[in-house]
Amino acid sequence: MDKRTTEAEAVAELRDGMTIGIGGWGSRRKPMSIVREILRSPVRDLTVVTYGGPEVGLLCKYGKVKRLVYGFVSLDSIPLEPHFRQARQQGAIPEVRELDEGMLQWGLYAAALRLPFLPTRAGLGTDVMEINPELQLVTSPYEDAEQLVAMPALELDMAFIHMNRADMLGNGQYLGPDFYFDDLYCMAAKRRFMTCEKIIDTKHLLSEGSLHTLRINRTMADGVIEAPGGAHFTECPPDYGRDEKFQSKYAATAKDPEAWQAFRAEYLDVPEADYQKKVAAE
Amino acid sequence: MSDATRAEVCAVAVAEAFRGDGEILVSCFGTTAAVGARLARLTFEPDLLMTDGICSLLANVDPVSGDKPEPVVEGWTPFRSIFDLLWGGRRHVMMIASQIDRHGNQNFACIGEHAKPKAQLLGMRGAPGNTISHRTSYWIPNHSPKVFVEKVDVVSGVGYDRAAKLGPQTSRFHDIHRVISNLGVFDFETPDNRMRLASLHPGVSVDEVVQKTGFELAIGEAVPETRAPTAEELQLIRQTIDPMGTLEKEVRS
Repeated sequence: MDKRTTEAEAVAELRDGMTIGIGGWGSRRKPMSIVREILRSPVRDLTVVTYGGPEVGLLCKYGKVKRLVYGFVSLDSIPLEPHFRQARQQGAIPEVRELDEGMLQWGLYAAALRLPFLPTRAGLGTDVMEINPELQLVTSPYEDAEQLVAMPALELDMAFIHMNRADMLGNGQYLGPDFYFDDLYCMAAKRRFMTCEKIIDTKHLLSEGSLHTLRINRTMADGVIEAPGGAHFTECPPDYGRDEKFQSKYAATAKDPEAWQAFRAEYLDVPEADYQKKVAAE
Repeated sequence: MSDATRAEVCAVAVAEAFRGDGEILVSCFGTTAAVGARLARLTFEPDLLMTDGICSLLANVDPVSGDKPEPVVEGWTPFRSIFDLLWGGRRHVMMIASQIDRHGNQNFACIGEHAKPKAQLLGMRGAPGNTISHRTSYWIPNHSPKVFVEKVDVVSGVGYDRAAKLGPQTSRFHDIHRVISNLGVFDFETPDNRMRLASLHPGVSVDEVVQKTGFELAIGEAVPETRAPTAEELQLIRQTIDPMGTLEKEVRS
């Protein structure tokens, strides 16, 4: 079996109005080469489910997002994603579905397990219930009869994640400190694409990291894409840290339309290979 | 100790909020809160667990400024296990609040209408799950009527009035413990769980607190003064936890 493919092939499967999940967390191990491919594509009206980082600011800036399902959108070293902030304050995201961070996990987990919902207390008593009018309550059928939120399954059409290593069969390996929710995104989606820093032979996976780092097994991935620097400018330890200088440059364009147009022309409306060459030269 | 700064008094008040917590995870936001939690751990609450801010639990205390010692890792807490841990209740979080009301309803999500906010802030983050699952306190370095408000624009953290409406079963883990500001310490130990002025930091008057609070506080006849730092505590803050004195930038004396 050989699941190797390209960002272009993966994004060609996207249709207007689809629901996509994007792995990673904040400005950490985001599948940015896929995000950049989506920006260059004509696709629109996406529902985006994410522990948000720069992909949210970028997708909003390009007018790709119809509905955003999220717990936060942060660049970590910059606590609030400035392009996202701008989109929110302009009312530019048509459907905002802000959740508690744990509820997002629960929705992905429910979808992964093919359950209609999972119960939780998180959200009760807060404006999460008003912001998300679809949310319903469920009463425990047991003696306690506790009322809980029935967090609905967040079923995804497509999921995109970025790993440190993978093989061509679709086994994925993270080598950083946290696997985030990447396995859940894949299990919650109909089609799953995994970019990685390096595709290696299966027999070398355990030379890279312990058994526990093999979080993605090949039932979870339909396509594997070798994308060195694919998470840039987000961090992808131990391969590389966050490119703080580049991230600051990106963040600064939120307040300056001319700088944004220049940034976009230089880094985004160009092929991925050119992007990688430019950032390597800086 | 008469030479303690206001920030150091605040840090000790933060530490006091963790007294009696035992073997639970402490999560803090804000410099002074981070100093206070470390102070509690180095003195009267040695069993507290703390992370490195990413996903390692540290057996040694990580200073907030100055040279960092080699970390001694005692555990691993990826985000997946953090949600398990916090819903399971073995945690005390000290969050910030952009707005807070007399019932302890907290907002750090956005200012204005959620549909089109005047100012997008952090968002809901983990506040809904935290406040309904385990003990929560707040650290507010800038006590003003803009923060202590009659009504919060958006409820991200659950207050006592809303918890009561959920009924005793659902709200049984809800516990807003303390609110610590640069002016004083506040709790909810009143018959209807309204915010009460529990103590005043040295040099602060009741009038100043009333003037800078946008709702009516419960105030007893004699409001005690917040406990002064001991000599040992000041030494720990100044030499071990925050040798660069970064907490002084958060709260000016």
